[in-house]
Amino acid sequence: MARTKMILRYIRRNPMLGAGLGILLFIIIFTVFGSFITNADSAYPLAAPASQPPSWKYLFGTDGQGRDLFAVAVAGTWLTIRIGLIAGVIGVVVGTALGFAAAFYGGWFDLGVRLVVDVLLTVPGLLILIVIASALGDKSISIDGMALIIALLAWLGPTRTIRAQVLTMRERPYVMMSRLNGMGGPGIIFRELIPNLLPYLGASLVGATTGAIFASIGLAALGLGPQRDPTLGVTLYWVMTQNAFVRGLWWWAAVPIGIVVLIFIMLYFISAGLDELANPRVRRTA
Amino acid sequence: MSHLLEVRQVTKIFKGGTKALDNISFFVEDDKPSIIAIAGESGSGKTTLGMMALGFVMPTMGQVLYAGHDLQKLSGRESTNFRKEVQAVFQDPFAAYNPFYKVDHIMEVPIANFHLAKSEAEARRMMEEALVSVGLRPEETLGRFPHQLSGGQRQRMAVARALLLRPKLLVADEPVSMVDASLRATILESLNKLNKELAVTILYITHDLTTAYHVCDFIIVLYRGSVMEAGEVDTVIGNPQHPYTQLLIDSIPWPDLQRQWGQQEIITTDEDKSSASRTGCKFAGRCPHVMDKCKVSPPPLYQLDDQHVAACYLYDNQPVMRGEQLGTLFKSKRSTLPANGVATGVVP
Amino acid sequence: MTKPILRVEDLDVQYYTDAGVVYANNHINFELRPGERLGLVGESGSGKSTLALAILRMIKPPGKIAAGHIMLDDIDLVTLSEEEMRQTRSSQISMVPQGAMNSLNPVMRVKDQLLDTMVDHDMGLTHPQMEKLAIDALKAVELDPRVGMMYPHELSGGMKQRACIAIAIVMAPKVIIADEPTSALDVVTQRQVMQTIGRIQKEMGSAVILIGHDMGLMAQFVDRLAVMYAGKMAELGSVQDIFTEPLHPYTQMLIDSLPVLGKRGVFHGIPGITPLLRDLPPGCVFHDRCPHAMPICKEVDPAFAMHTPNHWAACHLYPNSASNEVAGAISGAVPSGTTKS
Repeated sequence: MARTKMILRYIRRNPMLGAGLGILLFIIIFTVFGSFITNADSAYPLAAPASQPPSWKYLFGTDGQGRDLFAVAVAGTWLTIRIGLIAGVIGVVVGTALGFAAAFYGGWFDLGVRLVVDVLLTVPGLLILIVIASALGDKSISIDGMALIIALLAWLGPTRTIRAQVLTMRERPYVMMSRLNGMGGPGIIFRELIPNLLPYLGASLVGATTGAIFASIGLAALGLGPQRDPTLGVTLYWVMTQNAFVRGLWWWAAVPIGIVVLIFIMLYFISAGLDELANPRVRRTA
Repeated sequence: MSHLLEVRQVTKIFKGGTKALDNISFFVEDDKPSIIAIAGESGSGKTTLGMMALGFVMPTMGQVLYAGHDLQKLSGRESTNFRKEVQAVFQDPFAAYNPFYKVDHIMEVPIANFHLAKSEAEARRMMEEALVSVGLRPEETLGRFPHQLSGGQRQRMAVARALLLRPKLLVADEPVSMVDASLRATILESLNKLNKELAVTILYITHDLTTAYHVCDFIIVLYRGSVMEAGEVDTVIGNPQHPYTQLLIDSIPWPDLQRQWGQQEIITTDEDKSSASRTGCKFAGRCPHVMDKCKVSPPPLYQLDDQHVAACYLYDNQPVMRGEQLGTLFKSKRSTLPANGVATGVVP
Repeated sequence: MTKPILRVEDLDVQYYTDAGVVYANNHINFELRPGERLGLVGESGSGKSTLALAILRMIKPPGKIAAGHIMLDDIDLVTLSEEEMRQTRSSQISMVPQGAMNSLNPVMRVKDQLLDTMVDHDMGLTHPQMEKLAIDALKAVELDPRVGMMYPHELSGGMKQRACIAIAIVMAPKVIIADEPTSALDVVTQRQVMQTIGRIQKEMGSAVILIGHDMGLMAQFVDRLAVMYAGKMAELGSVQDIFTEPLHPYTQMLIDSLPVLGKRGVFHGIPGITPLLRDLPPGCVFHDRCPHAMPICKEVDPAFAMHTPNHWAACHLYPNSASNEVAGAISGAVPSGTTKS
């Protein structure tokens, strides 16, 4: 109980984090609520009369192929975030494990990990993903397939961050103290180090998820996404290939763009808020 | 008959070439536990020595043995015993605590791991007793987070933890240097209690000779990884024989208006990072009594007295003590202090 | 009686935090004579560093000087504008900070940092003249002038500290505040640095305020000593008076707890803990740890008054003392609301 009060009081002092979490809450409510009041099929072609501007019947209008854009918004937001989360979580888990191992064992293993990470980070990730995705040929990718492709690169950042943090923490007296307390390696990692890494893990997760979301939108918009599913990126693809602007169907573009911007703002606020938490020097002095 | 702790011809060279310890040997018996100061400035190797006694740093050459077992070759059982019987108090009162947990964590974990209590209630009782014996009130300290306690309270709790665990050997690395002056005496008193009442041998690592004088029985003075002087603390500090120790004692700001510091001129080398003399005595570059032979080979330990040695050619007419014998100095023969406390010399 | 070069009157410094008001300095009164060495000793949480920052007008929000005057010669520093104060710093009052490692600009040569200090003040000197002053400063701290061309990371700890001292004295200020200047140095280097400060101070005729927690260092270096506890000045007197006849119980117990040659194995710590500056007890701040506490101590905060010539203390053990010379009656009100006539 004391911890929740502490958390709430902290959020009051950290408005950025509060704002970001607020938007997240809104999006969750929107998605959950929306999934109850719409029919899942409406997000697919020929579900409704095509090219209708927003009206009371179709809140966000319909697109050129007859999709109810409100249903698309509800379904697509969730699908996009899901891709981002899966890739982000895989990235953080793999990155943490590698980061820990590299920091603890040092030597050749550490050298190898560092080399791979540093080299791959300099190559534009989107480029690699485009190459991989297009190499899969005509087979249309599934949602989860996309997530896995993106996860191939999502672990690079977290590995670096976690490795750096563990290297500093390893020398702290409380780690020595835990050894004197009779704790062994795994015990120290899980009971002493990981709890203190939580802010960094959180920040890495947000970072990895953000990267994954935008990678997925980018890939999908280029036509390399799961074209059968109404993700935001795929919707943008249709917007572009079906010449929505030329046809005057501005709402078709406004919906995905608006949601992407909202997600972007949310992730920015959360990450700025977490930065303040993890980095005491940035903290506004009490 | 094995010694409690034995450092056998240990040399430590870190990556990058710094030689932190240069062929150091000494031992500590476990029959009459004493408090031994390992004194020196930064770069003397004292912290490295402490870390070796705790098994956190391994020697490049030589061995460190606990109860006769080489620390690098401990079996599972010997390792557990070692961890249980050798504990530490560190310099920074804040850094020793994991900020994520309440302060009880540092005592609860070893009680659990070493099976020191049969129930939670008993564990709690042990913790409270230990806190009370260092002058803390359990209701004001248990259940709090580290940042909610003052530095002095945290350090006292670290000593309470040591009391609770009843180790055989305690390595105290600058335990009071980051604590306020008024609290130092209290913490030193707790360390004294550990030694006198619970028979714990204490290795007191410090650069502050005044607190070493206050609480220790014996002292080893290190300079750049080698032993300069060693013996009973009264004799070494009251009547230092090695030029380096003399310089140190002379520079101590005693809180005593009768004692002026700085009677002796300091010879500054260019504060060079490399050793002034690669071979020979480490202090030769700054020594006011330096002779030619000092630069050729390092002096051995000359025995000035029953409990006093100095590694200096000024005393080459005295018998030589072999490095490995350094531990024989620490027999618990206390010199009797007359009422006014001034030692007149070593008394058997 | 020589006119004091610095006079602090009734200084109050407070910090406004989410957790409450922190009363860092309360009714601080003392004088500094020209050329004298004054020690300011106190433990952590005593407010001594805040006092140093206040004198230099370097308290940043959420802290501020709530009341009082800081008279340098005849100018009240509290009333100066930011620009006027900037001109005053380094030229009239300077500071040798704690932790020299962090005070030097790592990407500038030492000499340039000395020049920087001078350039920022309208001294009306030509560049060659300033260069000479810089070299003189380096020589005064016993650094080879060639050190001027080096970067801070090329210097050892002791040399860096001397460089900071050089920066502090290059404009021959009247007052030098040294805030724990030797805390990161080993004992031999410490002695050298303190002897350097002492020598320069005598040559230049500046006054030095040495801030620290090491009573031994004070005993060896200063002429007069002020003892701070929990934001208040507990005692002020010559260093002989303080060590031989301390008036305030805190000072007495502090001196008693110090290790001295010949007194082995005797431990007299002060029981209890220092109160937090935002949670000061009513009455005398020391009463809960004081062995001589009387009922009045719990209610009324004792005034800081002179009891024997030039020996001041804030303690109810000495009630009928001569009123102090510092302007006005000190009401000694710790902000819990109690006042003393």
